[in-house]
Amino acid sequence: MITRRMFNFPAPRAFRHPFFEIDALQKEMDRWANLINSKRSFGGLNAGVFPSLNITEDKDNYYIRAELPGIKSEEIDIQLNGRSLTISGERKTELSEENLKYHRRERDSGKFSRGVMLPGDIDVENVNANMVNGMLTVKVGKAELAKPKRISVN
Amino acid sequence: MAETKELQVKEKQEISTPAEHTKPGLIFTPAVDIYENDNEIILLADMPGVVTDDISIDLKDGVLTLTGDVKPWENDDESDVLIEFEIGKYYRQFTLSEAIHQEKIEANFTDGVLKLTLPKVAKAVPRKITVSNG
Repeated sequence: MITRRMFNFPAPRAFRHPFFEIDALQKEMDRWANLINSKRSFGGLNAGVFPSLNITEDKDNYYIRAELPGIKSEEIDIQLNGRSLTISGERKTELSEENLKYHRRERDSGKFSRGVMLPGDIDVENVNANMVNGMLTVKVGKAELAKPKRISVN
Repeated sequence: MAETKELQVKEKQEISTPAEHTKPGLIFTPAVDIYENDNEIILLADMPGVVTDDISIDLKDGVLTLTGDVKPWENDDESDVLIEFEIGKYYRQFTLSEAIHQEKIEANFTDGVLKLTLPKVAKAVPRKITVSNG
C-alpha cells in the first residue's frame, strides 16, 4: 500500500500554521512589553513638557497639580483661556557666593511653560491657585453645564 | 548667555532599598545640589509636597540620610483625568568624607527645597611654639 503525503502533511513536529506563528510572536512581544513596563514605575503618558501635571476631578472642580520646588508663588504665571490652562514661570537656582566648589548639580534651572486643555467647560470666576511646599494646586470650578446632573425618574 | 534655557522634564528617579519598608509606597531620590566653601558644605534637595515635620535628617558614622514623607494630597472623591507623575517618599544617603560639626548643622525647608548647612570642623591649626631664652 502506498501512502502519499501531501505537502508533507501531517508532519508531527515541523509544521506550524502561519497564524500560530503570529500568535507566538505576539506573545513574545507582550512579554517584552511587560518587562519594560514593570521596570519603570510609571510607564504612563507624559507630554514631555515641564512641569508634569496631574489632573483630577470631582463633581464640582478640576484639580491641576504640579511639582514646582524652589519657585515662589509670585513667580508663577497661570492663564486660563477658554478650556486651556497655561502655567509658566522661571526657576532660578541662584548662587551669589563666590569661592564655591560644586560636588553635584542635579537641580535644573530655566524657564518653563506648559499648556493643557481641560476636558470640560469651566467657570472662569471660580478658579484659585495655591502653592504649598513646592506643590502647586490649581482648583478650577466646572461650568454649571459640565457638572453631572441627577435626573429623577417619576 | 542672555537667554535662559528651558526646563526639561526629568522623570522622578525611583529607588529600591535593600531592606523593605514597612509602609508600602514608592520611594524617590530627590535631586540635589551639593557645594562647599571653605567653612561649610551646603546641600540643597528638592522635596516637593513634603511637610516640614515629616523631614528627617540623620548623620551617623559619616553617613547622612535624608527622608521625607509625602501624604497623599488628593481627596478621596477625586478621580484621575491625567496622571503624569506619582508621589512617594523621598530617601537619599550620602557618605561625608569630611568631619562635620554635628551640633551646628542647620536645616531649612522653604518652597519644597531643603537646605542643609553642614559646618566643617576646623582643621587643627598648626601652632608655632616659640622658645624663649631665659
